[in-house]
Amino acid sequence: MCKNDLNKSIILCGVGGQGTILASRLIATAAMDKDIPIRTAETIGMAQRGGSVFSHLRLGEGTNSPLMGKGEADLIIGFEPGETVRQLPFLKKGGAVVVSSRPVMPVSAMIGKASYDAAQMIEYLKANVTRLTIVDADRAAADLGSAKTLNVVLLGAALRSGELGLDEADLENAIREKVPEKFLELNKKALAWSR
Amino acid sequence: MHKEFLMGNEAIALGALAAGVNLVAGYPGTPSTEVLETIAKRNPGNVYVEWSINEKAGMEVAAGAAYTGARALVTMKQVGLNVASDPLMSLEYIGVKGGMVVLVADDPGPISSQTEQDTRTFGMFSKVPVFDPASVAEAYEMIQEAFEFSSKYKTPVFFRATTRVDHGYEAVEVKDPEEYYVNSYEGFVKDPSRWVIFPRLSVKNHALIEKRNAELKDVFSSYPRNQIVAEPGTAAKPEGAQAQRACRIGIATQGVNFMYTLDSLRGRNVRVLRVATPFPFPEKLALEFMEGLDEVLCIEELDPVIERALTYVCGKYGLSVKIRGKLTGDIPLSGENSMEIVDKAITAFTGEQGERPEQMPDALPQPPALPVRPPVLCAGCPHRASFYAVKCAMKGLKTIYCGDIGCYTLGNAAPLDMCDTCLCMGAGIGIAQGVMHMEPDTKCFAFVGDSTFFASGITGTVNAFYNQADMTLVVLDNSTTAMTGHQPHPGTGRTVMGQAVEKVSIERVLRAIGLTVVETVDPLDHKLSVETVKRVAAEPGVKAIIFRSPCIAVTKPKGRSGVDAAKCIACGKCIRELGCPAIILDSDGKKAKIDTSLCTGCTLCEQICPVKAISGGAKNDTAAGTDPGKGGCHV
Ligand code: SF4
Ligand code: SF4
Repeated sequence: MCKNDLNKSIILCGVGGQGTILASRLIATAAMDKDIPIRTAETIGMAQRGGSVFSHLRLGEGTNSPLMGKGEADLIIGFEPGETVRQLPFLKKGGAVVVSSRPVMPVSAMIGKASYDAAQMIEYLKANVTRLTIVDADRAAADLGSAKTLNVVLLGAALRSGELGLDEADLENAIREKVPEKFLELNKKALAWSR
Repeated sequence: MHKEFLMGNEAIALGALAAGVNLVAGYPGTPSTEVLETIAKRNPGNVYVEWSINEKAGMEVAAGAAYTGARALVTMKQVGLNVASDPLMSLEYIGVKGGMVVLVADDPGPISSQTEQDTRTFGMFSKVPVFDPASVAEAYEMIQEAFEFSSKYKTPVFFRATTRVDHGYEAVEVKDPEEYYVNSYEGFVKDPSRWVIFPRLSVKNHALIEKRNAELKDVFSSYPRNQIVAEPGTAAKPEGAQAQRACRIGIATQGVNFMYTLDSLRGRNVRVLRVATPFPFPEKLALEFMEGLDEVLCIEELDPVIERALTYVCGKYGLSVKIRGKLTGDIPLSGENSMEIVDKAITAFTGEQGERPEQMPDALPQPPALPVRPPVLCAGCPHRASFYAVKCAMKGLKTIYCGDIGCYTLGNAAPLDMCDTCLCMGAGIGIAQGVMHMEPDTKCFAFVGDSTFFASGITGTVNAFYNQADMTLVVLDNSTTAMTGHQPHPGTGRTVMGQAVEKVSIERVLRAIGLTVVETVDPLDHKLSVETVKRVAAEPGVKAIIFRSPCIAVTKPKGRSGVDAAKCIACGKCIRELGCPAIILDSDGKKAKIDTSLCTGCTLCEQICPVKAISGGAKNDTAAGTDPGKGGCHV
């Protein structure tokens, strides 16, 4: 693919501590290695303490801003159902969504100050997104023997949505660059899990 | 040259290294922290780097270096500049011999700050020139230019970036270390007529500063980053004067808003002025920009700096151009701008819809209630245990809990509810005194982290002791500056250069002030902590408790706790009282369950469960009196 043809806007979202930043770094590394221009904006700081977090990624030329506007994302990679619903207005018509089914309960819901029904969120996504991939995070964790690779499992699913603008080999290389040797095999399996 | 994928702050740091910076000082604070950290990491070996104890100290250290002819950089967030403003205001009158860049990270939103102050306005107030980058890649180049300007005009300059530049990432072409500029310097040369600030010198230099800044208006008018972009929205660009005449409206913008503007134009025909040096304002360029225009919309964040400057230019030159922006209600006065805000403002201003991408139907159905996720103290955070101990000990008494800046500000959230006030670094100690003098029957507590204690807690404590206050100082010592990413400080026994140094003991500092009751306790020992708080708070005068237990981010968990479902009576106490994010409801929706991927085994919940249903944890035994660490910071 000629690099100039590629123009992708991607959002990663979830809850602070879920590994969205590493996933965004992996995509960026893969893009850099292919000489695709890449720009990102991340949530860093207080929100990382269990708050809502998002990364905006722009691959390719043709845009200037690191943040995108509503209706501009080709792909949303959601680490958490409610957070994915929160970002949905950014999705382009016909864009793809990859979402983990596993909710992260906010403390406010635990102490009874708010309610949160994740199943409702998934239903909402099903009703409003045509190209939706739901990743069963619990089953992935059981198969892989680790819950820590959720970010790479989601990247694998994103790859297969066709909206990432990268292929599996690109991401494997990026993982090799960014992830410690001993976790390499596990992460490769995680990347392939949704196949 | 080589290419790297860099965070804005990393790009700024590498740019400073490329400019031959000799000394870097600073105090951590989001979104500025990574600049100094990157300098320390990528130090070619000849740069002196320090985390200063606060921004004022850092500013003075940098000024001293610049007096010798060295190039110095000092880094801070915008509220840190308030702390450093005393030396800076005077330094502008004295000037520097080498080069000095004051890096200030502004935080529109604010995303993690107390104020939405604008360093561009501070530039005008202090008469210090300001550089305002628009992207990560540009920031790399621009900080090198800022050093050039500073060295040439012998003045400190502001390099102020905002969160989207500081924390954005981009692939940037950077120099290899062999290509770095080498700044060799002469050393300090004694000259009282230059370095000693007396009224006579001040009035003389004041005149010179005003003259120089007037000149800089012209110099900056031809600085290429201040630029007019003729009709960037249209595909075929008409050339030169003709294009300028065709267009009767313009947008003046800055920083990341310039990028938002370019991306939002989508075919709409306007002339754009990008202001890279808001002070001194490039007046000539602005005049050229406004030539033939009827109206200008100013798109900026924080203060209406460009809007005021253009309004002034119109008044000065008698132009009848209508200037719009924040002051006319066209741009929000507070908060961070977004692509939507900019796009909407441009639509209203031009009366034209841009070519839109095909969007999701605007009317997505109303989603189900979304979870609110305020940031919370981490699972196993020792601050939770400290707050809970004080809360239990003071139950039923009239109290005020004055908080401070750091992770522990999060103690305000339910269910702890242990932060009644929070103002700025170190302020809790003074506020507790003021309340106490007016309400002697209130038990007044001030909570302060260890880094905050060193940064600005000591003077307040001396004030309390000298002026006979009655209050309890609680130092939350967690062995790291958690909120900004684990920086060392005087209590940790190491420097950012990795040197092992003598630790400054908080206990000894407090005793040296004159406090006789200074007790150190492990907050994860709940019973002992409650007893200690009760005993100490009952003493007269100023007394202190030091809760010492390391941040979970700098220790490895020794065990994980679990709930024995057979024993749990579903009383909900652990969930209701602690708010630890690791404790969740079991699938039955009644009994407690622990998420082992989050639990650190701190044992706090084990100690409060009435039926001992929780076990398996193993707390960190940082026995009282060992390993003092860091804790507070400008978040
Ligand atoms: S032991 Fe209890 S309070 Fe401590 S981290 Fe685990 S669940 Fe939370
Ligand atoms: S405090 Fe003990 S008994 Fe009560 S809900 Fe928690 S684990 Fe169960």
